[in-house]
Amino acid sequence: MDRQTAGELPLAAPPRVTTATAGARRWRSLREALTGYGFAAPYLLLFTVFLAAPIVASLVISFTDFSLGAIDDPADARFVGLQNYRDLAADEKFRSAAVNTAYFVAAGVPLTMAAGLAAAVGLNSQVVRFRALFRVGYYTPVVMSIVAIAVVWRYLLDVDVGLLNNALEAVGLPRVAWLSTPGLAMPSIILIAVWRNLGFAMVIFLAGLQGIPQETSEAARIDGAGRWQEFRHVTLPLLRPTLAFVAVVTSAGYLQLFEEPFVMTGGGPVDRTISVAMHMYEQGFGFFNLGYAGAIAYVLFVAILVLTVLQLRLFRSAT
Amino acid sequence: MLLSSFKTNEELAARPPTWLPNEPTGANYASLFEQLDFARYFTNSAVVAGLVTVANLVFCSMLGYALAKLSFPGRRALFGLVMGTLLVPSAVTLVPMFVLMSRLNLVNTFPALILPFAAGPFGVFLMRQFMRQIPDELLDAGRVDGAGEFYLFWRVAMPLCGPALATLGILTFLASWNNFIWPLVVTTDQEMFTLPVALANFATDPNHPEPGVLMAGSAVLVLPVLAVFLVLQRFFTRGIAMTGLKG
Repeated sequence: MDRQTAGELPLAAPPRVTTATAGARRWRSLREALTGYGFAAPYLLLFTVFLAAPIVASLVISFTDFSLGAIDDPADARFVGLQNYRDLAADEKFRSAAVNTAYFVAAGVPLTMAAGLAAAVGLNSQVVRFRALFRVGYYTPVVMSIVAIAVVWRYLLDVDVGLLNNALEAVGLPRVAWLSTPGLAMPSIILIAVWRNLGFAMVIFLAGLQGIPQETSEAARIDGAGRWQEFRHVTLPLLRPTLAFVAVVTSAGYLQLFEEPFVMTGGGPVDRTISVAMHMYEQGFGFFNLGYAGAIAYVLFVAILVLTVLQLRLFRSAT
Repeated sequence: MLLSSFKTNEELAARPPTWLPNEPTGANYASLFEQLDFARYFTNSAVVAGLVTVANLVFCSMLGYALAKLSFPGRRALFGLVMGTLLVPSAVTLVPMFVLMSRLNLVNTFPALILPFAAGPFGVFLMRQFMRQIPDELLDAGRVDGAGEFYLFWRVAMPLCGPALATLGILTFLASWNNFIWPLVVTTDQEMFTLPVALANFATDPNHPEPGVLMAGSAVLVLPVLAVFLVLQRFFTRGIAMTGLKG
C-alpha cells in the first residue's frame, strides 16, 4: 500500500480515498522525478560547462577570427563567416596533415584489427600455452602513456644510437634513419601504433569469440569445413558486431593522432607525419589562431562522425 | 627501457650494445628528481588523476543510479545524450575550454586540470549497466522503511557495485594519468606540468637531452600504472570486455 501523506484522514469515505491515493501517487512520482534530476545535476552541470557548451562554442569560434587578444575581450573577435574553412582548403600544411592522418587511419586501423584478431584467435584456441602470459604481454602497451612509448621508440629507432640500428648493423645490414626518411617515418609510426593498440582489439575480440557457442564450430566441422573456412564463413560473420565496435573506436582514436608525431618527429620530415590534431594544436596554441584551430577541430569532428556512420552502415549491410 | 635507464651515457652509446647494464647507475634518476623536478610532476599527476577518479566514481554513479533505478521524464533522452558524446574528440572542446579557463584565470591551476574530466560518459554507461542488475525489491524495502534516496544510493546500491567501481576507477585513473593534450594546453608554468607534459617537453628540448635520463623519465611515467595493471589486470580486461559486448 502507498504510504499515506500527512494530511490524509484515516477514516475517509471510499471515493475520497481514491483521490487521495491518486494525489499521493502523483506526489510520489513528482518527488521521484525531482530526486532523479537531483542525482543527474552534478554530471549535467559538468557536462554542460565542459562538453556541451564547448562543442557549440567551438563551432561559433570557427566562424570568427578569434585570436589571443579576443581572450581578454571576446568583443575583439569578428565574424568572418566561412573564411577559416576557405583558408583551410588552401592550406598546404592542412592538406598534408589530412593526407597523413588518412594514411595513418587507412593503414593503421585494418592492421591493428588484423593483429588483434590474430592474437585473439590464437589465445582462444587450446593449443597455445602460457595464455595468461601472452594476454598480459599484448595488453601491457595499452596501459602505457603514449608519450612514454613515443620517447622510448624514438630512441630505439634513432639512426646513430638506436638499439634497432645497432642490431641491424650487428647482423651486417645498413643503418636506417627510420624517423627522418620521408617514406619511412609514417610507416614506423603506424607500426608502433599497431603494437600499442592491438591488445585493446584483442581483449574485445576474445570476449566476442567466447560469446560464440561451441556448437556452431562443431557443426561447421561436421559439415567438413576446414579451419580457414570455418573462420571465414562462421567465426567472422558472428563477430560482426564486435568488429564494428573495434573499427569505430579504433578509427575515432586514430583520427586524433597527436602524441606520436608530436614527440617523435615534430611533424617532419617535410611535414610527412604532421597530423590534423597536431596542426590544430600548432595553429591554436602555437600561433593562437583560435578561430582557425576551431575550424580544424570541427573538420576532424565531422570526419569522425562520418567515418563512424559509414562503418556502422558497412558492417550492418554486409549481413 | 628499464635496463637502459640504469646505464651510463657512455654505455648507452657503446657498440655493440650491452644488454644488462655493466655498472648500474642511479645517476639518471638522480638527475630526473634533482635537476628536473620530476617529484613535483609526479605529485601533480597523482593529485589530478586521484581527484578525477574520485569525482567520476561519485558523479557517474549518481547519474547511473538515476538512469537505472529512478523514473523521471526525459530519462531516455538523457541517456541518449550522454552516449552521444562518447566519441566526441577532445580536439573539439580544446579551444573553447582554453578560452574559458583563461577568462576564469584558471590556466595553470588544478581546477583547470581536473574539472573538465570530473565526469565522463563512459562511467555513466558502465554504472548504469551495473546498477540495473540490483533488484528493485531491495531498494523498495528500504523506501518502505523510510530511507532517503541518497541513503539508498550510497549505502545500498554503491556497496553492491564494487567490481564496476573498481573497473571504472582503474580505467579513469589510467586515462587521467596518461592524458596529454589538455594538460599540455592548459599548463604553461613548469610547476604545474603533469608527468607526460614534462617528459614530452624534456624530450623535445632542442638541446638533445641524454637518452639515459629520458629512459628514466619514461620509466617513472610507466612503472606505476604497469604495477597497478599487473596486480589488477582482471578488472581491466573485464571492464573493457563489458563495454565491448554491450556497446
